[in-house]
Amino acid sequence: MSDTAASPLLEVRGLQKFFPITKGFFQRVVGHVRAVDGVDFTVNEGETLGLVGESGCGKTTASRCILRAVDPTGGSINYRTRDGRTVDLATLSPAELRPLRAEIQMIFQDPFGSLNPRMTLLDNVGEPLLVNGMSNRNERTARVAELLRVVGLRPEFMHRFPHAFSGGQRQRIGIARALATNPRLVVADEPVSALDVSVQAQVLNLLLELQSRLKLTFLFVAHDLSVVRHISDRIAVMYVGQLVELAPTDAIFNRPLHPYTAALMRAVPPADPRVRITDGILGGEVPSPAAPPSGCYFHPRCRFAEERCRVEAPALREVTSGRFSRCHFAGELSL
Amino acid sequence: MDAAAETTPLLSVRDLRVSFALDEGLVRAVDGTSFDVMPGQVLGVVGESGCGKSVTMRAILQLVERPGRITSGEIRFRRDGEIVDLARLPPRGPVMRDIRGGEIALIPQEPMAAFSPVHTVGEQIIEAILLHGHRWGEKKLSRKDARDITVGLFRDVGISMPSQRVDAYSWQLSGGLRQRAMIAMALSCKPRLLIADEPTTAIDVTTQAQVLALLRDLQAKYNTAIIFITHDLGVIAQMASYVVVMYLGRVMEQGPVDEIFHTPKHPYTQALLRSIPSMTGTTRVALPVISGALPHPFNRPAGCPFHPRCPDVMERCSKAVPSLRPVTPTQLASCFLHHDQAEPS
Repeated sequence: MSDTAASPLLEVRGLQKFFPITKGFFQRVVGHVRAVDGVDFTVNEGETLGLVGESGCGKTTASRCILRAVDPTGGSINYRTRDGRTVDLATLSPAELRPLRAEIQMIFQDPFGSLNPRMTLLDNVGEPLLVNGMSNRNERTARVAELLRVVGLRPEFMHRFPHAFSGGQRQRIGIARALATNPRLVVADEPVSALDVSVQAQVLNLLLELQSRLKLTFLFVAHDLSVVRHISDRIAVMYVGQLVELAPTDAIFNRPLHPYTAALMRAVPPADPRVRITDGILGGEVPSPAAPPSGCYFHPRCRFAEERCRVEAPALREVTSGRFSRCHFAGELSL
Repeated sequence: MDAAAETTPLLSVRDLRVSFALDEGLVRAVDGTSFDVMPGQVLGVVGESGCGKSVTMRAILQLVERPGRITSGEIRFRRDGEIVDLARLPPRGPVMRDIRGGEIALIPQEPMAAFSPVHTVGEQIIEAILLHGHRWGEKKLSRKDARDITVGLFRDVGISMPSQRVDAYSWQLSGGLRQRAMIAMALSCKPRLLIADEPTTAIDVTTQAQVLALLRDLQAKYNTAIIFITHDLGVIAQMASYVVVMYLGRVMEQGPVDEIFHTPKHPYTQALLRSIPSMTGTTRVALPVISGALPHPFNRPAGCPFHPRCPDVMERCSKAVPSLRPVTPTQLASCFLHHDQAEPS
């Protein structure tokens, strides 16, 4: 992927999404949950950017802003369209967005909730085609058959309903639907976390294969670090609505530059009884995005925190080429 | 405890079968499962959804709900010198009620669903302590004593401000604190066996690390035997000393944790270990997969349940069910690659 890695397909700058907290009969706004609070990243054409973090860190909200499933409060989402224009997805009207919807598709987490149980596979997978103007039924049937074959299902299945399929097969159906409109950017929100271990590997392999075959760009949102590590070229780590680190996969795993990234990695139990997790278990809890701590949001849990961290909020800065960290002491700590 | 007591199992499950009679047919959720739990041992039970791990645990506690039923097998539990077969005890009888929650406690997967939202967590734990009060000594406990015990337990499981948190409702606590309160409740009656059913699946990875460390410390302190159920191989590797691998209601392989992870004998265990992305392996390459999907519960394969997906399948695998037998001095496996003995029919 390195030869195409220079050209950003998606450029997110200062993305914010605040949800109001209301109180009383008149729904008076008493505060805001700063779910996404100034997130910057780019996704290059043909690469996979992994977006990781614990629950409530804003990774799903950020990905939904890109799809405009929720409207961002602030910031810009510059996307380079198929015909070479650059548009700001954050400000487009619904009518202006509609032609772009085919280019940006989503794979959902729950393969049981994301398919319409009263539609056959033909209708489930074919619906995006119908919406995008493929009104000829025979043409649509042929395309659905092709899509099912692409994701490793038999085309004869297209007249069955989703309940006849296992979790892994349903996730393949969801992938087929996402691919129906020939997307360029696919946002996958926890696409394998509801699957069993033996099936998870099959779906990860399918995603990798489809990416190289169809030149797809993935934004892969997940909490499982070993899965994200396996599939991503670069990884962005979120904590309380902010990006704390962004770096190429190998670099971030070999030498993280933010104490939170290091703690997150240490917390994953290694699948080998001869490797023991011993020290460095992160204490405390994730703060509420409605009332984040002063200064660096991570300072109450950080073992390197100094007075400066309590007072001054660090900015996300490029420490070495292509490696970003939101830490005052990035590169100076031995993590 | 004398040497003989250390080597006789605390719990011994033999050829347990649990089935659910549904309108569409019979689901054999647990189909001839056998394993032992030694006193003070952490036994890991690993398997994918539908492998019967949770149903086995419900059977041990006699909590299988209708239309499910224990159809055969034994669950021998050793209590003060005598051995009782839990499978034969009436689920609502006094002996079972004494054992359940008292001698065998459960940490459920979802603490939000397990605590009542209309009573404080303290009240619920105090109730359990008063119900099983004799486990804290001869003297009859007062409510005040039970409350003091609860505050002490909260301190043990690392809940800050324990005397205030006792009066909190479960929905006022964060996921990590709620799971800690659940652990306190499970420990409240000094159980000899703790069943932890996916205790960290619903919580985040940094909180999981805290809860796992806590369980390890408490296990060392009280020497409670733990059955640790999970689908996460990393958690098993870190927590268990002995591992049981289940697939479709049967034990595929069991042995000490190091042997299971480094010299697995059963093709299912081998394939399962290969298919997980590691934290050190090569990225962005195809992972070795287990072909096919888990069969539908109404559609159990004949013979060895794993044979349709097995890379080493032989002709006899579809005809007879291999029994669980020793394949090394420490490991047992049910596979015809390692022995010829079929299950007696």
